[in-house]
Amino acid sequence: MSRWEILLVAGMTAVTFGVRYPVLALVSRMELPRPVVDALRFIPPAVLAAIIAPALFMPAGTLDLSPGNAYLIAGVAAALIAWRTRNLLLTIALGMAVWLWRALL
Amino acid sequence: MASKAIELAAPEQDHKTTSVPATRAAEFRAGVRATFPLVVGAIPFGIIFGAVAVNSGLSAAAAQAMSLFVFAGSAQFIGAGLVAGGAGLAVIIVTTFVVNLRHALYSVSLAPHMKHLPQRWLLPLGFWLTDESFVVVIDRYAQQDRSPFKHWFFFGSAVFMYLNWQLCTFIGIRAGQAIPDPQSWGLEFALPVTFIGMLVPALRSRPVLLSALVAGAAALLLHGLPNQLGLMAAALLGVGAGVLASRRESAP
Repeated sequence: MSRWEILLVAGMTAVTFGVRYPVLALVSRMELPRPVVDALRFIPPAVLAAIIAPALFMPAGTLDLSPGNAYLIAGVAAALIAWRTRNLLLTIALGMAVWLWRALL
Repeated sequence: MASKAIELAAPEQDHKTTSVPATRAAEFRAGVRATFPLVVGAIPFGIIFGAVAVNSGLSAAAAQAMSLFVFAGSAQFIGAGLVAGGAGLAVIIVTTFVVNLRHALYSVSLAPHMKHLPQRWLLPLGFWLTDESFVVVIDRYAQQDRSPFKHWFFFGSAVFMYLNWQLCTFIGIRAGQAIPDPQSWGLEFALPVTFIGMLVPALRSRPVLLSALVAGAAALLLHGLPNQLGLMAAALLGVGAGVLASRRESAP
């Protein structure tokens, strides 16, 4: 590893750990107000949706609602499978299959 | 049970209290089992990271070190992309920080459940916090049983994710050295599809559904913001929408 790479990995490690750990350590010593606790349960679905939507609707950086958008087609298929079966492994397997079929053909 | 969908963000729902015997080992194993589908989803992601990293100009040692010490998939990907684009140290590190800001939201969510833990637990579990472990662990904490060892569930989930990530990075590095142009392997859908499988089964109450819809729509509208700041803003808007909707529902 070059010196530049060591600095890169060290810097990325510091900021990543600096986001994850201090909040955990500090907040776990405080009593959070009730409204904050109520809001926390919306964090997982909101973060996941905010990651998923651009990946499906704008895979190349701009909005693409065409049937040629393999991400969108496979994403809708995966959502239907997840909704019907509630089975994560099956959703990943079939969703990937639909995506590969649409993207490669 | 590993094949069952994960129920996230719904502590008010009637969780079938699993009759897991509350021992450390049983919690650890349950954490591994619950994380299994997510590990499967992370496999192609980790392999592609390793391959992309060595093709972006990083040495194999630096690519593996990133997985060992940074341990944050999307930040590592973006970091490798920036290296390939010739970005400077400061830009890459600041971008990593912003991309990982969502982990602060996870930490805030988890912290109330981890009050009783000493630093020797908080340090490693904080280091090992990922999207995947967060989702299964917050679900475990939301279950009503009084197991005192739920942090062992977190430990099992985190160790499994971590070891898998190291192995997949290693495989990807070797594959990337053998076969160039990993971007064309076409596995970029693995991450979104995993997250879809995590999100959709949780959309069972109107406030949660609204929260996800607002966050998704806002993420599209704010996509132009630099460094994925749009993701963060969209997530906060989604949380706000969920809170407002649940207030309305509970109002007389």
